[in-house]
Amino acid sequence: MSEEIIVHRTALSIPYAWAAGRHATRFYREIAEHRKLFGTRCPRCQRVLFPARKACSRCFTETTDWVEVGPRGTVTSFTVVHYAEPQIQPLPPPLAYALIQLDGADTAFIHLVSEVNVAEIKTGMRVEAVFAESPQGNILDVKFFKPITQG
Amino acid sequence: MEDIAIVGVAQTKFEREKRDLNYAELVYGVVTELFEKTGATHQDVDNIVTASSDFWDGRTISSMAIQSAVGAYMKSESKVSSDGTLALLYGAMRILSGQFKTTLVVAHSKGSEGAPNLIANAAFDPVYQRQLGIDFHVASALQARAYMQKYGLTEQDVALVSVKNLANAKKNPYAQVAGDFTVDDVMNSGYLAEPIKTLDASPISDGACAVLLAHADVASRFTDKPVWLKGVGHCQDGYYLGDRDLTTSPALAAAARRAYQMASIDDPLKQLDVAEIYDAYSYQELMWTEALGFCQPGEGVQLLKSGVTAINGSLPVNPSGGLLAAHAFLAAGLVRVIECVLQLRGEAGEHQIPHAKTALAHGSFGFCGQTHCVWILSAER
Repeated sequence: MSEEIIVHRTALSIPYAWAAGRHATRFYREIAEHRKLFGTRCPRCQRVLFPARKACSRCFTETTDWVEVGPRGTVTSFTVVHYAEPQIQPLPPPLAYALIQLDGADTAFIHLVSEVNVAEIKTGMRVEAVFAESPQGNILDVKFFKPITQG
Repeated sequence: MEDIAIVGVAQTKFEREKRDLNYAELVYGVVTELFEKTGATHQDVDNIVTASSDFWDGRTISSMAIQSAVGAYMKSESKVSSDGTLALLYGAMRILSGQFKTTLVVAHSKGSEGAPNLIANAAFDPVYQRQLGIDFHVASALQARAYMQKYGLTEQDVALVSVKNLANAKKNPYAQVAGDFTVDDVMNSGYLAEPIKTLDASPISDGACAVLLAHADVASRFTDKPVWLKGVGHCQDGYYLGDRDLTTSPALAAAARRAYQMASIDDPLKQLDVAEIYDAYSYQELMWTEALGFCQPGEGVQLLKSGVTAINGSLPVNPSGGLLAAHAFLAAGLVRVIECVLQLRGEAGEHQIPHAKTALAHGSFGFCGQTHCVWILSAER
């Protein structure tokens, strides 16, 4: 059997409409209306969780206070990506991602780092949020983080 | 735990693209091979547990594609959409329930038929993460750098894992990537996501594997070389990567503790003869050996350099080549179990570890080793 095997090429395209829920809605509203980033505090372990969420996964406790964090933070790890996945990547390669610990938050989170020579990104680098001009209610309402020279 | 044995194993050769067989045919091949090896028939199988993924297979209820291939018609079949080591756990539990004497556990995937980075991206939360465009490589690169920074490791240090495992894989007929690579070869293999290079990352593979579990009451019907399940532990870390300290794996440490306790292992480095662990990326072998208690945190690289984990060392790690040699998503953990079984039965051929009596198999699922399952297996009941 050396005949060419038939290959069925297709793409599943199934639309979804995910409700963000009250916490994420408020989180994105704060960005859109006030250019402010918020986490929520767990009353048990006292950690400020970022992004804001309803429950602390470690304590199985509902968060209480909303705490403004950032918009500045510190890079705790980073990577520069060298391959292209245009369907998902918001920027062309080489693009940089970092784990960023925002000032006032007890958790880090992943976001893009731009307006920088990617070869110069370092752990410990101070960065600040650059907000999108027309927010859409998603995580790219923070367009990316860029290095800051003082602070 | 009541005695349950693995009485037979089968795996396909892993390849980048298996066009000749659709995945149901691939599964049918390993199941029939397993039946030939054990003398089991379709009638001997009470219960079937499969591991597969709707996203990777591109169909809702992925297990229905292989219903005929595993012989599930008019039987009990259920799917675990997670690593094959957890499918094995569920299979063992069903025997422990007293309802079944045997269970067939099967895992399959064809990475060549999907878009791995897009599928990985879809595992991220759509509300807060997905639109960033992150995937397995990105998440693992952030972990690799955090770990390497903490302990002052160089990329050359980490490359030694690939050098060791890909050389081991030359002796494994089921491996997909194998060869005599140098640290320079790894360093020059091109960045995917810094510091991870192509030869630091496991390949995308097509393949399937199958295990037959039997209660002690019936095990001798299928084999005179049963391999006994002596201990198991499983544990899950946090989902959001930023919530975790990525330089350590408390979930794997907890899973290992439970498995060791069940199997009466207090000194794994002394008591284990071989370990097959889930090194989806080279740095992970170092992290996992630490979490498994083979060495202290941060000493994984010293353990490697000392030769302890080499194929001729006192505790060989991944003599098969591990995931760096072949990584069929969801099947890869069950392949670790199968490789341990081959070692304990003295059937590992050129990569056989002499006199192996006790083995550790490790599977993982999720980003940066979120979920872990550890098995202790023994040739002795």
